[in-house]
Amino acid sequence: MAAKKASGISPANAAGKNVLRAITTTAEDVQRKIMARKKPTMNFPVRSLANVKYQPQRGFFEIAGRKKERTLTVNTVKTFAQTLRMIALSKELIQNDDIATKREAYYVSKNWEDARFSEQPESDTVMDDVEAFFAVNREQLGFIPEEKGGDVAGKLVVLDRDRDSGKMLRIDCTKFGSGAYSIPISVETLDFETSASFILVIETAGMFQRLVKHNYWKKADCILVSMGGVPTRACRRFIRRLADFKKIPVYVFVDGDPYGITNIYRTLKVGSGNAAHLNEYFCVPQAKFLGITPQDIVDYKLPTHPLKDVDIKRARDAIKNDPFIRHYKEWVHAIEHLLRMGVRAEQQALAKHGLNYVIDTYLPEKLRHPERFLP
Amino acid sequence: MGRCRSGRRNPIIRTKSKAAKSSAKIGLSKQAKEKMPLQLNLLEAAAEQGKSADHARSHLSADSAQSVAVEPPELPVSPVPTTRQTRSERRETAESMASRQREISVSEFFTKNRHLLGFDNPQKALLTTIKEAVDNSLDACEEAGILPLLKVDINQLAEDRFRVSVEDNGPGIVKTQIPKIFGKLLYGSKFHTLKQARGQQGIGISAAGMYGLLTTGKSIVVTSRTDPGKPAHYYEIQIDTRKNMPQVIIDKILDWDAPHGIRVEIELIGTYKKGRHSIDDYIRQTAIANPHCEIHYNFPGGEGTLHFPRASNALPLEPREIKPHPYGIELGALIKMMKETPARQLGAALQRDFSRVSARVAEEICRVADLRPSANPHTIVVNEAERLHKAINSVKIMSPPTNCLSPIGEEQILAGLKKEIKASYYTAITRAPSVYRGNPFQVEVAMAYGGSLPGEELIDLLRFANRVPLQYQQSACAITKAVLGIEWRSYGLSQSKGALPAGPLALFVHIASVWVPFTSESKEAIAPYPEIARELRLALQECGRKLAIHIRAHKRAAEEEKKKSYIEKYIPHIGIALREILGLTDKAETELVAALKLVLERSRSKESSQE
Repeated sequence: MAAKKASGISPANAAGKNVLRAITTTAEDVQRKIMARKKPTMNFPVRSLANVKYQPQRGFFEIAGRKKERTLTVNTVKTFAQTLRMIALSKELIQNDDIATKREAYYVSKNWEDARFSEQPESDTVMDDVEAFFAVNREQLGFIPEEKGGDVAGKLVVLDRDRDSGKMLRIDCTKFGSGAYSIPISVETLDFETSASFILVIETAGMFQRLVKHNYWKKADCILVSMGGVPTRACRRFIRRLADFKKIPVYVFVDGDPYGITNIYRTLKVGSGNAAHLNEYFCVPQAKFLGITPQDIVDYKLPTHPLKDVDIKRARDAIKNDPFIRHYKEWVHAIEHLLRMGVRAEQQALAKHGLNYVIDTYLPEKLRHPERFLP
Repeated sequence: MGRCRSGRRNPIIRTKSKAAKSSAKIGLSKQAKEKMPLQLNLLEAAAEQGKSADHARSHLSADSAQSVAVEPPELPVSPVPTTRQTRSERRETAESMASRQREISVSEFFTKNRHLLGFDNPQKALLTTIKEAVDNSLDACEEAGILPLLKVDINQLAEDRFRVSVEDNGPGIVKTQIPKIFGKLLYGSKFHTLKQARGQQGIGISAAGMYGLLTTGKSIVVTSRTDPGKPAHYYEIQIDTRKNMPQVIIDKILDWDAPHGIRVEIELIGTYKKGRHSIDDYIRQTAIANPHCEIHYNFPGGEGTLHFPRASNALPLEPREIKPHPYGIELGALIKMMKETPARQLGAALQRDFSRVSARVAEEICRVADLRPSANPHTIVVNEAERLHKAINSVKIMSPPTNCLSPIGEEQILAGLKKEIKASYYTAITRAPSVYRGNPFQVEVAMAYGGSLPGEELIDLLRFANRVPLQYQQSACAITKAVLGIEWRSYGLSQSKGALPAGPLALFVHIASVWVPFTSESKEAIAPYPEIARELRLALQECGRKLAIHIRAHKRAAEEEKKKSYIEKYIPHIGIALREILGLTDKAETELVAALKLVLERSRSKESSQE
């Protein structure tokens, strides 16, 4: 329980009470305005990269405070109705201690006749708005994502509880053989035991498989985590709690391209613009960028592909608009370097020098100089 | 032409008078040079062909048919040394060439150049055949004051072989004229008159018959009756292309239940297709532009007869024939008119043969031309005629009378559009008559918008000249150019650069004129005279403004309706949500919904009053 306190988030049921109170207050406010023959208003934080600020001592994207006011008018009546019904659904879920996936919530809306959503992205947007409105994690509203959290292997024991008996379970992540432990959607109640000296976070499942197969964690004394693309909230939260708990460094190993740097790594480290109200918990400020750096492409003579138009656009956009990238000259230089070369290199490109070159040469060489990792 | 050397003086007068002599036969009227460049081309082309003709026969008699009589070669007067004459490099002599120089009949000419008349390909040939017959029938009915009732049948005999039949309830044609009208090119009643009609030069239907004969060997079949009291005549006619003369194969009396009218049947090789250039479309558009006409249409693959009902019992006003206006006359035509006028004095001749030339204007023209008004017009010489021609164009003369025009009229166009196109809004305007090069013309524009018309596609542009649909050469036509030149976006339609606008619109454009300036003989596109382009633009804009008002009003109403239904639709859900969250009673929920409805209705009326 002490661990939970340290993580800075309160238990779900306690939070549930607060959320319920907030929901009721909001509804009462709307009702009061209407009965006073006034147009009700709700204020939502703007969820975009343009409305976040980055302070390295805080370590994550914080919401900058711009809000959009949604006044109930003829033009907004549909969204307003849908938002309120989504809030009502959330209240029902919390009261019944139940959960609904985003997709399930979308299907529940099919009962709402004219107010139903025609596509899931519409319901997801409303759900994200509600989440930001109450400034809580969507799990606290009873909504859970479908997405998988990520895979873990290496020198770690996860302490979980049996669902029925409540008995403590010790999950040893060294004992999954060629498989891996799967990060659950909610990680708040987990505890950890580990003696590893660092966490290596990997972008692709392919590279993760290679490192697991050759028991790299044993050799390097580490915990391996596979993100499988942009890390989910659960994955970010898991790594954060683990790193905070054991005070061990986090090294990130992704593709050397704008997507790997500005989407995957940046989201892991400081969070996203879309859920800025929650980044405080869903980020890993201690993460460092191991590779593949643009300089690695030169140093290791990696085979490359030309940057696509979307890559170039993403890179230029990051230099111009991403508060995190803009804060670090090293990153601006690195991305400009990449743009100058006009190429990108994948993690697997190291296979050019031999399939296990990454294990025998690349990682050991890089890990000898963690001070050289990009921020 | 280079071989037609003649050392005579004053060649212009000579040629003209020669042309004038034969013109009576081939239909080269006094307007011909001016209005019909084809005639000139034809003469030239005919001479050109004569050079290479294989038949070593010479037809030089003055009264032989419609062609250019080549000058008899003059005897070689300069004696050439015999040694040189036998040299092989001189392969031809004037005499040897003369033996092959012969006239070309117009029929032969058009057999070789049938694309000029709209028989370029099998699909177009079928359409042109129907079109010529239908145009003739409509013209004849209107002239006789009969509401037209047409039966058009297309009978597919084989993959590419068709038998078409067009029957009308018109006045019929008298027995003696039938062979010439259907078996001789350039024989007709409309060419010599300056009056609005569908047909212009008397080529169409006989050319169709000729095409049929050429491709299937079958005669053109004509059944005609002029009066219920008289018998119906049945003819099978072939055209002798060499002589441009009809050959009657069968001539008999027939039992026919029609009291009066004509039926023309032609068998030909063709292709029947659907789409923009189709006969179906031609018939539909004809029905739109001629709401006084009723058509029964039978086509291959159709389920029974398609009926286009009559939408109006008003016959179009009978167009009057007018004399040519002095502006726009050409020098050659002017000389010919002066030579042939029955008037004895120049001034009187101008007054008599032209429209809008008063005594004062005639005097003014003579003064400017430095000619005596009392001079004998028959003895006019070329340089005098040139001065006269110049003078005419520098004197201010009133515009020609416009009662020779018979526009369809706004009401009639609307009737035509409404019966054939299902739309939600219709508008039409008829512009006042105007004049190009001395020819009166009038522009009409109409629109059918919305309803079942496709909303995303380019608009349907329907072009008409003297009530005849124009289906080919859209991009070459003055109408299309005028439509492209309009900023349709300001009238509420979307338009990409350089393209027709898009939207649920059928755009009807009609030009009525005593002489529609087509760009070619197949009458597919109108030449863009500046005066015509201007009238088109003004008419399109005027109609466009009306359409814009409708579109805007429609959009506003739809928006309003949408907002209203929004309130009805979604407010109850706000009630449900708040009831679920706050556990409201049914009564509280009802009150809440009512209050909210009130708030929104009030704000809506405020918004719309601000607009």
